[in-house]
Amino acid sequence: MSDFETVAATEDQSARRGVSGEPGTPDRAGRPGRSRSLAGDAWRDLRRNPVFWLSLLLVVLVAAMAAVPGLFTANDPRDCVLSRQHAGPSGGAIFGYDFQGCDTFARAVYGARASLLVGAFSALITGVIALVVGMLAGFFGGWVDAVLSRVIDIVLGIPLLLAAIVLLKRVSTSGETVRLFAVILVLALLGWTTAARVVRSSVITAREQDYVAAARMLGAGNGRIMWRHILPNALAPAIVVLTIALGSFIAAEATLSFLGIGLKAPTISWGIDIDAGRVHMRESATPLIVPSVFLALTVLAFIMLGDAVRDAFDPKLR
Amino acid sequence: MFRFILRRLLQMVLAFFGTTLIVYALMFAGQGDPIQALAGERPVTAAQRAYLTEKYHLDATGVGGFFYRYVTYLGGLVRGDLGQSLTGRQISDILAAAWPVTVKLALIALAVTVLFGVTAGVLAAIRRAGVFDHATLVLTLLVLGIPTIVLAPLAQYFLGVRWPIFPPTAGAEPSFWALLLPGIVLGSLSLATALRLTRTSVTENLRADYVRTARAKGLVRRRIVGVHVLRNSLIPVVTFLGVELGNLMSGAIITEGVFNIPGVGFNLFRGIRTEDGPLVVGIVSVLVVVYLLSNLAVDVLYAVLDPRIRYE
Repeated sequence: MSDFETVAATEDQSARRGVSGEPGTPDRAGRPGRSRSLAGDAWRDLRRNPVFWLSLLLVVLVAAMAAVPGLFTANDPRDCVLSRQHAGPSGGAIFGYDFQGCDTFARAVYGARASLLVGAFSALITGVIALVVGMLAGFFGGWVDAVLSRVIDIVLGIPLLLAAIVLLKRVSTSGETVRLFAVILVLALLGWTTAARVVRSSVITAREQDYVAAARMLGAGNGRIMWRHILPNALAPAIVVLTIALGSFIAAEATLSFLGIGLKAPTISWGIDIDAGRVHMRESATPLIVPSVFLALTVLAFIMLGDAVRDAFDPKLR
Repeated sequence: MFRFILRRLLQMVLAFFGTTLIVYALMFAGQGDPIQALAGERPVTAAQRAYLTEKYHLDATGVGGFFYRYVTYLGGLVRGDLGQSLTGRQISDILAAAWPVTVKLALIALAVTVLFGVTAGVLAAIRRAGVFDHATLVLTLLVLGIPTIVLAPLAQYFLGVRWPIFPPTAGAEPSFWALLLPGIVLGSLSLATALRLTRTSVTENLRADYVRTARAKGLVRRRIVGVHVLRNSLIPVVTFLGVELGNLMSGAIITEGVFNIPGVGFNLFRGIRTEDGPLVVGIVSVLVVVYLLSNLAVDVLYAVLDPRIRYE
């Protein structure tokens, strides 16, 4: 995706970071030099990428919706009156009312909170697991790597949706908060494998670098090398993968709620609303379409953001 | 080659045990009261409860009881006996009825993927940075970002209800026409991934030395792309498609649910809702075998496609 005006970027010599002595020449055969100049190049690419700004804007918008939904709508999403069932759009409710007589738009706005909570916390836990497992496997190699890689293979072999369904059955009668945490935990426990593989491969690359040998010669222990020298290099690709994972966790949460085993009724979730709207689509389609669009745009925003950042950091695409 | 296949088979057995054990443990841990779930709202007499407990060895608790049931179950599985669901039907019968529908749906999805995804991917790579390339990139991004629970109901609404081009639901004994829209919805995600994979792969290979050599020899472009580049570029795509076939068969829960298609995913979901442990574990184990076998087939296919890959 970095094809957007990459060539123009090479023309631009206004490198503000002093290090980039040789700014992104179009044909770099070797691997990128220092991480700082790579980051500088990537940032120059990103600044000119409309997809990046668009997705960032959407992410900020959804985050604001999750934090202060009152800014976007004055209506209470739980204020439902059956007498205005499927009533059309009006000044009070711009997308009308759903089957239960709730404000469709207000429900969609308030639905952002659950989605973002699940997405962000799952991604956070996923990141911790992936960093630990990937670091141990990549750094120590040998039998540690063999065992951890097989574990990754097995977890990867478990279909996420099926396992989540089976696991969440356990909390089917629990309260709102417990369900929320259960969904977060289940998604994180099943979704860390890709990120762990990414971390492992970047750790293996970093482990062989000269600066690691230098640090070891100076007497640094394994812990210090991992924490101070290798981790900073493994972090960037992991964050990109996690951004994309955040999007897919939001989608997974909605899917589970859609099936009726994720979040449940008093919690407002796009998945629940899509399922409810689907049943009555012949009478009125807006209660189906509005939460669908909200969900799709949110997931898209995170995936596009991760995609744009990854492409900017990928020297092969320059 | 023989040794490689042997080793892969051993690995597969290990993965099979690992995965079934995990699924079985999850089901076991997540189970409420299966006897009450079976009876629904009706009361269960002590005699019925004792009979069912005895029949399914539900009285053995703890690790010993769990492993006892797991081993019993695996023994049956190896003999091709998946046991009975809690409703008393043979699981193999349920699967036999559902399987053809799911396979049909997955094949339609796969055909859509190969037909449009791979072709468009090659075209996008050849005309890189052109209008077509940018358009496909944006489109695939859209498809990748839209979850099935959005795509399936919206496709059903717009193409089935508002503009009735396709039948909105399939029902029993679905025709090809009724399965086409669900197949496209199911395949759209793999289509987008296959397209991107093909594009990246072909782009990288177009820069390879052997392409320059082939051009220097005076080969026409069509032959370079059609024979040399394609053969090398399709390796990751074939892997992906093999893995995806397994996914398509197991991942059809939403699509089969929305479009009311009586396939495996549909039965699986029903089994989960009724806490039918044996049915869920039976279906999932079969799906795992399908998944592992498709992975094995793909690995072997590697050697045929790429002479550079040698197994010891």
